[in-house]
Amino acid sequence: MLTPESLKKIDREIAKYPVDQKRSAIMAALAIAQDEQGWLSSEAIESVANYLGMAPVAAYEVASFYNMYNLKPLGKYKLSVCTNLPCMLSGGVDAGEYLKKKLGIGYNETTPDGLITLKEGECMGACGDAPVMIVNNRRMCSWMQPEQIDQLLAELK
Amino acid sequence: MAILGAINPMLSLGLDGDKAWRLADYVKRGGYSALRRILEEKQPQGSVINEVKKSVLRGRGGAGFPTGLKWSFMPRSFPGDKYVVCNSDEGEPGTFKDRDILRYNPHSVIEGMAIAAYAMGAACGYNYIHGEVWEIYERFEEALDEARAAGFLGSDLLGSGFNFELFAHHGYGAYICGEETALLESIEGKKGQPRFKPPFPASFGLYGKPTTINNTETFASIPYIINLGGETYLEAGKANNGGTKLFSISGHVERPGNYEIPLGTPFATLLEMAGGMRGGRQLKACIPGGSSAPVVPAEAMMACTMDYDSISKAGSMLGSGAVIVMDETTCMVRALERLSFFYYEESCGQCTPCREGTGWLYQVVHRIENGQGRADDLELLACVTTNIMGRTICALGDAASMPVQSFIKHFHDEFAYHIEHKKCLVPVDVQRAGSGFFTARV
Repeated sequence: MLTPESLKKIDREIAKYPVDQKRSAIMAALAIAQDEQGWLSSEAIESVANYLGMAPVAAYEVASFYNMYNLKPLGKYKLSVCTNLPCMLSGGVDAGEYLKKKLGIGYNETTPDGLITLKEGECMGACGDAPVMIVNNRRMCSWMQPEQIDQLLAELK
Repeated sequence: MAILGAINPMLSLGLDGDKAWRLADYVKRGGYSALRRILEEKQPQGSVINEVKKSVLRGRGGAGFPTGLKWSFMPRSFPGDKYVVCNSDEGEPGTFKDRDILRYNPHSVIEGMAIAAYAMGAACGYNYIHGEVWEIYERFEEALDEARAAGFLGSDLLGSGFNFELFAHHGYGAYICGEETALLESIEGKKGQPRFKPPFPASFGLYGKPTTINNTETFASIPYIINLGGETYLEAGKANNGGTKLFSISGHVERPGNYEIPLGTPFATLLEMAGGMRGGRQLKACIPGGSSAPVVPAEAMMACTMDYDSISKAGSMLGSGAVIVMDETTCMVRALERLSFFYYEESCGQCTPCREGTGWLYQVVHRIENGQGRADDLELLACVTTNIMGRTICALGDAASMPVQSFIKHFHDEFAYHIEHKKCLVPVDVQRAGSGFFTARV
């Protein structure tokens, strides 16, 4: 199930921990597995668990506890907007509303063409850059006012 | 972003944004000289810890516990593995200083951790980095590679016989992992649910071994303490509040960002450094130490200096140094509603009072905000908070309760108005204008 490249990356993570603590690599391994398909199917979680020699249910517990793991298929781009208080004071909520209107969808919905899933996020640790949003868990976008949001949407194809 | 201003800086001295974070730049700024000296002089572990004690460096993650004292809890004669762990799981709303430290000065954290490991006899460490700041995690991995190649990490550091390996571990979206025992569970590959204490991590930590966990900024301060001497570092701040500190300012100011100032600097000075209030409006309230700290009304805040003791006297906490500034366009009910949702969302679900109580807090504040408040709702909220506080394994329940109590205490009339009139004192269009979303910025 996991590609050789993914397994190589996971091996590098396993090497960070004591030999009898392979399980410590589960968070990184699930993130690597998620990068393959954009989400984690039960089969993907199970194959990661088997690779690390842990019970699949223990891996599922981790996948369902941390909110950056996607347990369902999403659009090609997951766009998480922070609306927590510090961001709200500088337009985080407005940015979310602006996106909803532009995309014609609400939070936790995907555009009909399958391109963008909109998520309301919690604190991303970048409140000074508000409004902030993260694309596919990796790319943080700062100071997202209407013009910058329009640019980002034009770029996400 | 960047570190936008400083008074007598240490942590941010000589930084140049993305251009000067590499090992060579750090060495040019005097980096790794503290570690080198300790190793070359074979300084006794106890004397390193004493220097940190003398500095009165207090934990920069939020609790403000004296770092040197924490280090002295580690059993020095313990024969097996010991660990040092850095808490870079920066998710407390309003806090974004560790991100800039790791981005612009990652080697200061590596050097600080290596010194800590030497002082406590640990051979291995982990830095747990907030999953949302992925670029920072990748940069830290690069910095680790540089440090290994230069002999500042690995076996037999600089020929001293001392071994220290350090690795980066990333989170993936759970606020609770900022709690130190939840963080350890998370490194062990489990759900991040806090552990009962005692036993404390110094006796039963990562993989059951003695472990010390400090915040990123705490570790980053260590090389400066060793170089300057504990006493000089202490004098840079004020009595019982050693050194300088990074403050993250967010909300209704002209220039949100990080500022490094000596502890004891007046709040008014900090506010001025951040360009003052956005659009010249009036300060209404301030949360001085991250979202879990009680809110302080404008007048009391303007009388504060930025240090652990002054903020505590004003009835709040310096916490992580996250200063959330709110002006007259802020609806306090709406502000509290958003915070309460956050704690409800992030409760790990382990303890009933927190799991259920945070849901109650959110639902009741939500209905007040939406014109469906009931006459006895404020009493109900008070009752829920007292039934959460002190009845849970970790401090998240208290952190969810303190904003509720302080918002209602200081802005009681505003809550009462919402309940009675089913609407806000601050018109919605005024609230929206406050965010500046549709206004071009300089």
